[in-house]
Amino acid sequence: MKKVYGSAAEALDGLLFDGMTIAAGGFGLCGIPELLIDAMVESGVKDLTIASNNCGVDGFGLGKLLDTKQIKKMMSSYVGENAEFMRQYLSGELELEFNPQGTLAERMRAGGAGIPGFYTKTGVGTVVAEGKEVKTFRGEDYILEEGIFADLSIVKAWKADTTGNCVFRKTARNFNPPAAMCGKICVMEVEEIVQPGELDPDHIHLPGIFVHRIIKGEHEKRIEQRTVRKREEA
Amino acid sequence: MPWDRNQMAARAAQELEDGMYVNLGIGIPTLVANYVGDKEITLQSENGMLGMGPFPFEGEEDPDLINAGKQTITELPKTSYFDSSMSFAMIRGGKIAAAILGAMEVAENGDLANWMIPGKLVKGMGGAMDLVAGVGRVIVVMDHTNKHGESKVLKECTLPLTGKGVVDRIITNLGVLDVVEGGLRIVETAEGVTEEELRAATLATIVD
Repeated sequence: MKKVYGSAAEALDGLLFDGMTIAAGGFGLCGIPELLIDAMVESGVKDLTIASNNCGVDGFGLGKLLDTKQIKKMMSSYVGENAEFMRQYLSGELELEFNPQGTLAERMRAGGAGIPGFYTKTGVGTVVAEGKEVKTFRGEDYILEEGIFADLSIVKAWKADTTGNCVFRKTARNFNPPAAMCGKICVMEVEEIVQPGELDPDHIHLPGIFVHRIIKGEHEKRIEQRTVRKREEA
Repeated sequence: MPWDRNQMAARAAQELEDGMYVNLGIGIPTLVANYVGDKEITLQSENGMLGMGPFPFEGEEDPDLINAGKQTITELPKTSYFDSSMSFAMIRGGKIAAAILGAMEVAENGDLANWMIPGKLVKGMGGAMDLVAGVGRVIVVMDHTNKHGESKVLKECTLPLTGKGVVDRIITNLGVLDVVEGGLRIVETAEGVTEEELRAATLATIVD
């Protein structure tokens, strides 16, 4: 089966529908599927529920889908970098479900692993626990969190072979593997596509079984907080 | 004289022992890394890295290499990278020895509030709830009072909680307190701060 597509729009063809749930990789602007987000803006698909740690910044990353009002609901842990997000949220146009970062990652991983729920001590005794089942294990309280089962995953890796085996680079891995796992279909964008055998099988970060469609492209990779030290300090 | 930011960070660094894996929060906790001296401390960044190095030299910033505050950083020879679910497996699983975090309020039972002020801009808890629930020891570093001079060391938190009964030790500009049975115990006061001054700035129950 051919997994490599010519463009982001081709790779998303037939997969998008209004009201769908999408899991997106990335942390801040690091390791986000820039090209697939752009193609989703172009597609006009709307009323999206998106599980993603953050929601981009104004005018970049998932922030673009906010500007066009294509997002109905975000499931995130931190959204502080985005003025348009706050405007839509405070005016009631946008729903927001805060998830602790580790809970969000595990909800994706669990969904992808066929686990519909799990118990965690994160959030016990806080607003996060409201309405959730509490169960005691070994004398401690845990709350029930549900796996995320998305209609589509959009993720970004560094290199993939044509069968979808892939490797990520440095901290751009972040939410990409769990996000990739929890979608019915996973579309991945990469910086380089290689032939099977070119990646060391022992060094694959995510096996190709989780990846259905692949595109290659140029990434802007915008830096959110540029911090440096002076050479004299070395 | 109460401790300044750097003195608080230096005091917090004394909490760390050779060989520890540690997660540092944003603000004063970040400064703790400057005071670990000869101790071999491995810093975890919850976006997926163990062995966080210093900021890069100008021109060597890598957009694929950031910390949890989204700042560009560098790697070390001992660095490893992993995904977010693995990152929180080590946090929730108790593998991280300590987290040093800032706070808005701490209560005498160890309750911590540091993520939300109702009615103000809400940005989210990020990884803070997972950290305080999971790591071996939670150390709070903060000013003892807010900018209105009101105590941040309370009988009960008024703000939404990040975690319930999670704080082990509080390091403020006035001194060091431990959360113990029945309230807080004074461990030490900052140089030049009397125990009476520390008690006067504290609303929480202090036990001997």
